[in-house]
Amino acid sequence: MENNISWREFTITRIVRAAGYSAIGFVLLIFFFLLREGLPALTEVSVLDLLTTRWYPTEGFFGLLPLITGSLIVTLGAAMVAVPFGIGTAIFISEISPRWMREFLKPVVEILGGLPSVMLGFLGILIFAPDLRVMLSLPTGLSALTGSLLLGAIAIPTVVSVSEDALDAIPRAYREGAWALGATRWQTIWRVTLPAARSGVLTAVMLGIGRAIGETMTVMMVTGNAPIMAVYLRALISPVRTMTATIAAEMGEVATGSVHYHVLFFIGIVLFVVSLVVNITASALIFRQRKRSERILS
Amino acid sequence: MVNLALAWAEQYQKDHPDVEIAVTGGGSGTGIAALINNSVDIANASRAIKKEEIADAEKQGVTPVEFIVARDAIGIIVHPSNPVSQLTRQQLSDIYSGKINNWKELGGEDRPIVRLSRESNSGTHVYFLEQVVRLGDSNNKTMFSADTLLLPSSEGIVSEIRQNPNAIGYDGLGYIPKDLKIIAVAKNPGEPYVLPSIATVNDKTYPIARDLYMYTPNQPSGAIKDYLDWILAGEAQAIVAQQGFVPIKPGP
Repeated sequence: MENNISWREFTITRIVRAAGYSAIGFVLLIFFFLLREGLPALTEVSVLDLLTTRWYPTEGFFGLLPLITGSLIVTLGAAMVAVPFGIGTAIFISEISPRWMREFLKPVVEILGGLPSVMLGFLGILIFAPDLRVMLSLPTGLSALTGSLLLGAIAIPTVVSVSEDALDAIPRAYREGAWALGATRWQTIWRVTLPAARSGVLTAVMLGIGRAIGETMTVMMVTGNAPIMAVYLRALISPVRTMTATIAAEMGEVATGSVHYHVLFFIGIVLFVVSLVVNITASALIFRQRKRSERILS
Repeated sequence: MVNLALAWAEQYQKDHPDVEIAVTGGGSGTGIAALINNSVDIANASRAIKKEEIADAEKQGVTPVEFIVARDAIGIIVHPSNPVSQLTRQQLSDIYSGKINNWKELGGEDRPIVRLSRESNSGTHVYFLEQVVRLGDSNNKTMFSADTLLLPSSEGIVSEIRQNPNAIGYDGLGYIPKDLKIIAVAKNPGEPYVLPSIATVNDKTYPIARDLYMYTPNQPSGAIKDYLDWILAGEAQAIVAQQGFVPIKPGP
């Protein structure tokens, strides 16, 4: 009997460990593949050429700056939408709404998170873009603004779910202490609960931003895909071209091994590194947070 | 060309139930890239194969064989409320390269011009670049202006023009629905403005017309040859006219 149990323990431990290592293994394999196909771009097209401001591969212009700034401005816009609405909804669900409403709202938000992004892109082309054009008197509704609004909508469910869990995890004692000292409900939420849940909320925002940076279909359909340099604030209402849409639109037509092919993979490397930096920053912040709270509580 | 290829494949499979044809889209660039990699039997393209592509193909042991299977006109489309009805090729080139930015410079309303185009993997895009933006001159290096919107499909262009009076776009005649306004084009200033149609493409008076191609890796034989022979004959060409393209010879 004992032998049987220890044999099963042994196998299960090995299987679980292999599953864990394989996750790391897949990420590393993807990274090496990207490097192998993307690094030749640095030798074929000099680094200086990659940092120019014109992207027109059929004529040999491989400037990545319009694509990078395009992705950044759309992601920043999405964050400006997702952070207030997402955290606000999470606060409402966890702190303010009555129990019956919470049971109903949480699943609804999860369902919103399951909407295919293509559908939102479709709604964007047909309804959002024309209405925005008329409302704001823009030349065209296909712009970074439309893209940001839709990406924000896509990121909100992620932000809400993770923030709500973080806020829920704060012990009741924190709130009771604040109430005992005479704080109002809002003072408690804003100055006690939310700061205490800071690390979880930050993780939620990072995950939402990570989702927004990697989104392809929606931005390809509504941002217009024009490779302009998106550096001034007015770029928010003009068409932009993101890195993800570039890869999706152009990968089908490149001949394997050509310069264009290598540059597209190089864009993939840039995307990968950006996601990595976002995630590492989030983890580092949580780690520092945890160390500080351990010191305070000890 | 994907709509046309699908219509042909459907009809042919109805007549010959033992043959199976699979059609996928993705633009001329995608088709020719697949031809170079020798992973397809037939590549459809709405532009001619380039010299570098032929060289790449021969490196892989593939000799592309070209067949002209239909003709197409590129229609310039604007919103129905736009007062401008005729433009020369030079004006179109100036619009798309960024020199003209407001409709009032062309006699229209005071509105900014929003330029719509297909993505660079589309044969339509390449053809438009060579024949309109560069006026057919191979030494001309004018490019699309950086703020040209590159939309991933014809449907995107159509739905934007349908509701945006600032927009101008182009697409193959077969993809232009009846409710959009088509602009009459003159090849050079002083020449007559011509609207695209089957007649004006075949008698070469419409300046922006092109051939549609099918390429096979090496000389076709067997079932592929039969299919290509069928396409070049009358019945398939009637389908060409139905789809809104221009048949290479008059009906059956």
